[in-house]
Amino acid sequence: MILCKVLGTVTATVKHPAFTGRKLMIVQPLDEQQKPNGKSFIAVDHSSSAGAGDTVLVLREGGGVRQILEDKTLPIRSLIVGVVDEVDV
Amino acid sequence: MYLGRVIGTVVCERKYEGLEGKRLLVVQPLDHEQKPSGPVEVAVDTVSARPQDIVYLVGSREAALACDPTFVPVDAAIVGLVDSVDV
Repeated sequence: MILCKVLGTVTATVKHPAFTGRKLMIVQPLDEQQKPNGKSFIAVDHSSSAGAGDTVLVLREGGGVRQILEDKTLPIRSLIVGVVDEVDV
Repeated sequence: MYLGRVIGTVVCERKYEGLEGKRLLVVQPLDHEQKPSGPVEVAVDTVSARPQDIVYLVGSREAALACDPTFVPVDAAIVGLVDSVDV
């Protein structure tokens, strides 16, 4: 899993059925100092409570995502699995 | 998953089993500001996207799962037409 900052949201009406009812967020990977590190990408918000500016924990592995969402056929690769309160390094 | 802009189409007469009837589009990946990010790629279309559309894609194994049947040799699939990006 990686730390990311939520930059904003993506809205899509026409989409693959697997994404129906799911919230899409654009996230920016962070390094241990919580500075931007790498390319932004889209993640589905499973925590349902993340908003722009939040630091979140993102799972980037489709197998794990399918286990959490309990559907072996989901074409989803990135999932927000936690909202971070604090990081001590 | 990531944003992209459709910039063209690809036609293949002969292709691997499972890819028959699948639309192939040329996509420029975009960053959150909708600026080009990285090399252009070819993706399978699942949502009837058209050139110039802003879309979102899924890569790797999950791209094949977006297709029916799920065991097809693809590593990028367009899975949504983007209405808006709020950052």
